[in-house]
Amino acid sequence: MEFPEDLKYTREHEWVSIEGSVATIGITDHAQEQLGDVVFVELPGVGDRMEKADAFGVVESTKAVSDVYAPLSGEVTEVNDDLPDNPELINEDPYGDGWMVKVAIGDQADLEDLMTADEYRKFIEESATE
Amino acid sequence: MARRTPLHELHRAAGARFTEFSGWEMPVQYAGVIAEHAQVRSSAGLFDVSHMGELEVRGPGALALCQRVATNDAAKLGVGQAQYTVWCAEDGGTIDDTILYRLGAERYMFCVNAGNAAACLDWIREQQKGVPGAEVVDRCDELGLIALQGPRAAEVVERLGAAAIAALPRFGCTETTLAGASVIAARTGYTGEDGFELFVGAGQVASLWQALMDMSRDDLRIAPIGLGARDTLRLEAALPLYGHELSRDISPLEAGLGWAIKLAKGDFVGASALRRQKEAGLPRRLVGLALREPGIARADYPVKCGERVVGVVTSGTKSPTLGSAIALALLASESLDAALSVEIRGRAVAAERVGLPFYRRAGAR
Repeated sequence: MEFPEDLKYTREHEWVSIEGSVATIGITDHAQEQLGDVVFVELPGVGDRMEKADAFGVVESTKAVSDVYAPLSGEVTEVNDDLPDNPELINEDPYGDGWMVKVAIGDQADLEDLMTADEYRKFIEESATE
Repeated sequence: MARRTPLHELHRAAGARFTEFSGWEMPVQYAGVIAEHAQVRSSAGLFDVSHMGELEVRGPGALALCQRVATNDAAKLGVGQAQYTVWCAEDGGTIDDTILYRLGAERYMFCVNAGNAAACLDWIREQQKGVPGAEVVDRCDELGLIALQGPRAAEVVERLGAAAIAALPRFGCTETTLAGASVIAARTGYTGEDGFELFVGAGQVASLWQALMDMSRDDLRIAPIGLGARDTLRLEAALPLYGHELSRDISPLEAGLGWAIKLAKGDFVGASALRRQKEAGLPRRLVGLALREPGIARADYPVKCGERVVGVVTSGTKSPTLGSAIALALLASESLDAALSVEIRGRAVAAERVGLPFYRRAGAR
């Protein structure tokens, strides 16, 4: 189970990579493992507004539909065009080729609510049943 | 507190992820749904389906009781033959879909869905009151069930020296031994592939499972298969799942199972209602859909023609074999040839009616 140190995390199992005013967002290794084989991804369009805590996309396995939630507010500047034809990239490389969207950060204060890798790891351990 | 089968620890050791299904904690996947699905379509897979129920019907009145509770003609079964058959209520709604095995001159066994086992037992005991000479034996807790499915399933059985099982015709059944365990073996299944269902005493199901897994070789791999792949396999084969394509509100006629309903065999529970449905014409029917735009149809999504809702999806997935989104849907009979769409999160996604099954194994029918 991977928890890259240089990323931030949410309780809904998204990761955020911040470079200046641009955030790259995807779902975590834990999330893709829980989901199983990803067979379909629904992404917003470039130029769409992203609102913190709202669902901005969907990731689907053979059996289930899972919403992906916005860790912050801003404008979508790029989406991963490889994902529609290769949804399995999310399973194979969730922090790399499986990235979902890039967002121009609207309010830097949103980043304060994100967890560090250690906090996210603890969060998962505490939430695990049995 | 969910029940567990005798194989639970073996599943954990094999890395299974679990889910709750009909009150049981069952493996949903091991290596992954897509890999497991491909394993069954190409080679051989093992399913723990011990959660399913087994009800034996015995005595001189056994045939009469089987005929009364289910739609297919049990009189057609010789010893060692099985048939798919549906239990209906008086109003024609479905109580369960089952397989009926004839094990002896006056000995039959229904395999019922896990979620309906208690209701089926109560129901058949009630119906038994009107059938003299019929005895009902609940074997649900006594028997475990392993399904070995795939084009190479027969080879696995042959390598274990079980010629009697390998020689079974489709829907044949026999009581025999396999890897030292007493089994009821049947050439039946829920995947659209060749294969066997093996009923075995609960105390022996773990050793039988292990013996089958131990037969895995480089030239014939056997892998455990979870409920996730079980669902994608049966859906590609267009096999109904109770609670989706069949329910108390969906009759077997609406679900396209007229071939398993033999109204001419004599009276049975639900016969008058089914006859009336047939004569009046069915208001809705189960059809196959293929999505023609990106998206996956799921159970309960509306099926529309323009702005009008004309049906509902009962099951849907992305077919691992076809690589495209497929679905079963109940559609209003007057809309069978309409231009259709499935509503996915508020968006209309074009869909086309296609013939069933979506997948048929090479050489079948």
